[in-house]
Amino acid sequence: MKRSLVKSTLLAAAFSMAAVPALSADVIKIGFNIPMTGDIPKVGESSKLSAEMLKEDINGAGGLEVGGKKYMLEFIYEDNEAKAESAVTTALKLIEKDEVLAMIGPNSSKQAVPAGQVADDNETVMISPWSTNPDTTLDRPWVFRAAFLDPFQGPVAVDFAAKRFSAKTAAVLYDLSNDYSKGLAEIFKADFEGKFGEGSVKAFESHGTKDQDFSAQLTTIINAKPDFIFLPDNYNQVALIVKQANQLGWSGPIMGADAWGSSELMELCGDLCKGYYFSTHYAAKGAKGATKEFIDRYTAKYGEVPDDVAALTWDATRIVLKGIQQAGELTGKLSKDREAIRDGLSSITKFDGITGSMSFDEQGDPVKCAVVVKITDEGEFEFTESVCP
Amino acid sequence: MKRYNVQIILAVALAILAYLAQEEIIGKYALSVLMFMGINVILSTSLNLVNGYMGEFSCGHAGFMAVGAYVSSVLGVMLFAKDKVFGPALLDPSLSIWVFPLIVIIGGIAAALAGLLVAIPSFKTRGDYLAIITIAANYIVISVVENIDTIGGARGFMGMKSVVKAMGKTIDMPWMPIWVFIFTILSVWIIRRFISSTFGKGVPAINQDEIAAEIMSVNTNKMKMVAFMLSSGLAGVAGALFAYILGYVNPGSFTILKSTEVLVMVYLGGMGSLSGSVLSAILFTLLLEALRPLQIIKWVVVPFLLILLMQFRPEGIMGNRELPDFFPRLKRFYAFKD
Repeated sequence: MKRSLVKSTLLAAAFSMAAVPALSADVIKIGFNIPMTGDIPKVGESSKLSAEMLKEDINGAGGLEVGGKKYMLEFIYEDNEAKAESAVTTALKLIEKDEVLAMIGPNSSKQAVPAGQVADDNETVMISPWSTNPDTTLDRPWVFRAAFLDPFQGPVAVDFAAKRFSAKTAAVLYDLSNDYSKGLAEIFKADFEGKFGEGSVKAFESHGTKDQDFSAQLTTIINAKPDFIFLPDNYNQVALIVKQANQLGWSGPIMGADAWGSSELMELCGDLCKGYYFSTHYAAKGAKGATKEFIDRYTAKYGEVPDDVAALTWDATRIVLKGIQQAGELTGKLSKDREAIRDGLSSITKFDGITGSMSFDEQGDPVKCAVVVKITDEGEFEFTESVCP
Repeated sequence: MKRYNVQIILAVALAILAYLAQEEIIGKYALSVLMFMGINVILSTSLNLVNGYMGEFSCGHAGFMAVGAYVSSVLGVMLFAKDKVFGPALLDPSLSIWVFPLIVIIGGIAAALAGLLVAIPSFKTRGDYLAIITIAANYIVISVVENIDTIGGARGFMGMKSVVKAMGKTIDMPWMPIWVFIFTILSVWIIRRFISSTFGKGVPAINQDEIAAEIMSVNTNKMKMVAFMLSSGLAGVAGALFAYILGYVNPGSFTILKSTEVLVMVYLGGMGSLSGSVLSAILFTLLLEALRPLQIIKWVVVPFLLILLMQFRPEGIMGNRELPDFFPRLKRFYAFKD
């Protein structure tokens, strides 16, 4: 008796695991390959919250209209644990088992590069909201992204600093084991020295990801007396570095890049970061039109100002939906629809997103503007200037 | 006949796997889970050699995996693929079929040499010190990779997919699953043979009592070195396969977190139990995939299961026993020479 009970429980469990949710013809499935656990869970959470809001909007209005027919959206969120191998299995699961029409994510380049390979091999559209590594989309017709590349942010910082601080010399402090930080630092140096001559970057210092003490590097930098410091670092390190620079007597300007743009920066850094500038995807304060509407609604719904991942996921998802609409009509045949979506996506000439209007080049990378924001005395990120390619 | 039962079963399993993969009866998702399972088996069994059988505590396994992954990736791309840094392919891509297993083995040898570098200074000490030295070795490997720009630095290195595709183009077979299967079986076999050999019995002897082993004519220093090199070499093989499955390597994939994952598998299966390590690697991989629907709760459930296991079975699933000890009737179906 007991044995058969165990057996039947096992069987029931097996069946319930194998059971596939009933398929409806009028549903568009989109997969999200995002890190909900691991190193950067906040990134995954922002993506999910943003996507949920978009889904409610569209499903609340009766669905997405494609070729005269309304489709309801179904978003499938899968956790990729912020690991490369997990991003690959997650991508395969979404593409093969869940049969999604398109995939959003992964966000960090470490995962987006191998997952992009999988998407390209299996002929499914993938769009990474946040990845900045050129390899993610390079020679992969099925892979797109919503963020601008690092090479673009370097010159933005150079031009802005030359104009705003009348800078002729600079110093750089970056994170050696963070490819984003390192790449940006190198591009900045090349561009700055190209404009102001060899040696105009007076100090080029690096640190490790888990370092807490930066006094050696900062002393070198401050002794070199640059006009400003370029600091392409993550927000948690920015807080430490700014504090220590201040203690060592630095009073000049500091400029950063989009990794500063977290709501936690002001909590960690306090008053010291106020008055500094950084380049990023969009500005929360001083936003107008659709961007302001998005920020207000997100803030009201979730009680926090959306960070750039949330904004980029919103745009990335809308780009995919627009691609689906451009595809004309859906046949219900997976491989045919996926191809139609890819063609639809690459035929988008201009897309008005909340992170600016953009178009795609032949690699699937967006051509869009960056904004430079100032940290105000209230601790908000205020729009200062928009820099376009 | 009895003597060849296991070999026959394995050969049939390989043939079935290759057929299923070729005809795409099992999907790519299931196949990728199976391949990562194989890699986890190699990793956990090889770490068990040091942590379980020898009773030392090494926690830098991912570092050796990184050495194997990078050496074999660079070699493969240099020989068979066009790359911006290494220029055009040195050999005809159709040769990749024959050279690929060699590349994987060379990755393993490189990792074994790296293991030797760590072993020489560290086995003068015991216990906690080895743990610290291996953690340091793991960090050193990652820092070195991050600072070499020719292999991509922190950006990572890619191009291995074209080698895998070149193999498929020459003879249309699912090469990656086949090689992962073969190397998994091979490494379990090597460890089994090593442990049960007269020479290899010195490893558990060191675990029992190092001084007594020394008196009984076991050259403990040499023994430790050999065991450690074998363990790190197999980790290198796992790393090489890992790199070719993903088609992209990045130093961030081989951090201390990865080492910890392997440690969990070893202690879950039971120290000093080969079949335990195999079982736990399979279970661990399956569990992580099966619990996907739970999303974030997964990381509450999995550690909770581990705590339960450690509470009620602190020696791990198998303790230090092997499968036939639990199911004596299994012995009727096979026999080994030992």
